[in-house]
Amino acid sequence: MNSSSGPSPAVPAPIEQPGTSTLLTADRSVMTDPGALGRFGGFGGRYVPEALIPACEELEAAYREARADPSFQSELTQTLQVYAGRPTPVTPAARLSQELGINLLLKREDLAHTGSHKINNVIGQALLARRMGKQRLLAETGAGQHGVATATAGALLGLDVTVYMGEVDTQRQQLNVFRMELLGATVVPVTSGSRTLKDACSEALRQWVSQVDEAYYCLGSVMGPHPYPWMVREFQSVIGSEARGQCAGLLRRGVPDVVVACVGGGSNAAGTFAGFVDTSARMVGVEAAGGAAMTDGSPGILHGFYSQVLQDDDGQVREAHSISAGLDYPGVGPEHASLGSSGRVEYTTATDEQVLEAVVLLARSEGILAALESAHALAWIIQAARSGDLAAGSTVLMTLSGRGDKDASQLMGLLA
Amino acid sequence: MTSPVLSAPGAVQQSLLRRRAAGGKSLVPFVTAGITPDWTAYVRACAEHGADAIEIGLPFSDPMLDGPVIQAASGQALARGARIADLLEEIGASGPGAAPGSTGVPLIVMTYSNIVRRHGDEAFCHALAAAGIGGLIVPDTPLDEIEPLLAASRAAGLELILLVAPSTKPHRVSRIAELSSGFVYAVSNMGVTGVRDAVSDTVQRTVDGVRQHTSLPVLVGFGISSPAQAVEVSRHADGVVVASALMRDVLAGASPADLAATVSSFRTALDGTDWSAAR
Repeated sequence: MNSSSGPSPAVPAPIEQPGTSTLLTADRSVMTDPGALGRFGGFGGRYVPEALIPACEELEAAYREARADPSFQSELTQTLQVYAGRPTPVTPAARLSQELGINLLLKREDLAHTGSHKINNVIGQALLARRMGKQRLLAETGAGQHGVATATAGALLGLDVTVYMGEVDTQRQQLNVFRMELLGATVVPVTSGSRTLKDACSEALRQWVSQVDEAYYCLGSVMGPHPYPWMVREFQSVIGSEARGQCAGLLRRGVPDVVVACVGGGSNAAGTFAGFVDTSARMVGVEAAGGAAMTDGSPGILHGFYSQVLQDDDGQVREAHSISAGLDYPGVGPEHASLGSSGRVEYTTATDEQVLEAVVLLARSEGILAALESAHALAWIIQAARSGDLAAGSTVLMTLSGRGDKDASQLMGLLA
Repeated sequence: MTSPVLSAPGAVQQSLLRRRAAGGKSLVPFVTAGITPDWTAYVRACAEHGADAIEIGLPFSDPMLDGPVIQAASGQALARGARIADLLEEIGASGPGAAPGSTGVPLIVMTYSNIVRRHGDEAFCHALAAAGIGGLIVPDTPLDEIEPLLAASRAAGLELILLVAPSTKPHRVSRIAELSSGFVYAVSNMGVTGVRDAVSDTVQRTVDGVRQHTSLPVLVGFGISSPAQAVEVSRHADGVVVASALMRDVLAGASPADLAATVSSFRTALDGTDWSAAR
């Protein structure tokens, strides 16, 4: 099939390979460039109307050019450092480790600007949008974290920002709506369908079709048509890349035994796993029990990509429901579907109840209030340590993807 | 990519070519399957009042390319509990004059990729053919992903109708025109389906671009809201697809007789125009 983009140019892999102490596996073919068609195993692709194909091709070409351009990479690195607070630390969770009988390390994305890993992707895409000469960023948001991050990047770079948000979510997350507006963004409530994140995604895609010349669609996770799943994973791979180096300095073996991250669309998990996929580390992705596309879904096409999707047997997409709005998405990034089907990553779930326990335990033992999304990863670690699935003394790296301040009022109600 | 298989024109293409040979313009109304309990009556109304083919939208929960009207129509069908197999059975049901599949006007299914993939490309195409459907449109499967669907539709004898947008580059237009069967669907503007006051002036450029590569009929859809607009775009194209303007009325309570009157008004306007000066 013809396409404007050829094979990827020879550029350095974005993931730095640290010292010699790491255990490398032979398979380096995973989590690499998915090629012109954006395939991860059989998943991914570009299922969009013809009207959007030129925009996807233009974006892919611009991204391939930017990632090979040292000046773009250096501006990205610089902005992440002086503005977004990178590198984020890895914190040994001493008291919690003692209680669980493991050695737990936390990759602290909660300490990044705007309070979550979302900023990593958004800074990258906003710099790319400016490079492409676009004046406006469009974004979808569920709980509002990606919307806030996009509004932030728009303010930083002087770009207009329009955020599409399900009407139900605008009511549940009024504070984040206010934050986005305070940052100069326009928030458009989406009233179609279930009026939540999946409808906000559909609406953002519709709006992109009609404003494609001047607007850049700043997608918030490792999903959507090619090149988004790949590009967003690469922008988020700064998490795994940093953590890999930090673990090398903290752990005798250099790499942790187990790497754990929560999975909604799957961007913080993809960025984390990218740093360890070529090691012997066991990798675990934890979904919300009420929105587990990897665990309960089946292959399907939603929002421009082929992956695991929560759907009925007639092909109608189901809504996801969990305690954390950020994981309430009925699909999952196509690379996760591929990593799951190859067995390289295990995908599992945590219940709302287990998540609440994890939030409280982390707050009291470490003085860290985790986002409900991130607490899914910890909830699995707690269960696995108790059941013996995690052997005593295991070293475990968990990405703490965001801080929980946004959830405080919800927690007040849930823990009352 | 496989090369196109030359075969006899299907029912959709034949119907549109007959209209063109007679010096007229084709009218393809759209009905959302399951929008009301008696939705097949709307299809029959279209068939009996001048449709050259009828597009039947099988509802999907997340219709990415549809504007508010078709979104609402799909939502209403799903809220009624519409199931794909039941809808196809209603289309194909036997009985004198009861089934839209028995009206003699070719039927085209429009739906989204996930509905097709969930049922399996081959099984889905065969189910359509068994229900008497002649053509298929899947607007979120672009050229790059078309191969499995192309093979399945050909095996089932369905005409797979591909879309060209105003932004489509010439090398893709050429390939789309080559692989499309039935007709080529020219999207009138960069946007979603919906009712619009004015038809974009990009229509002529898009249609002319397609015609350089094919003798297939070229029909224009998206935003054709009035008989006057249908006449306007048909100066360049072989006819129009009319969707939101019809489903808007049905959502507002229009009866099959009301819809028949609207379809007739489009037919009358197209038939009342002297096309000899056009093109």
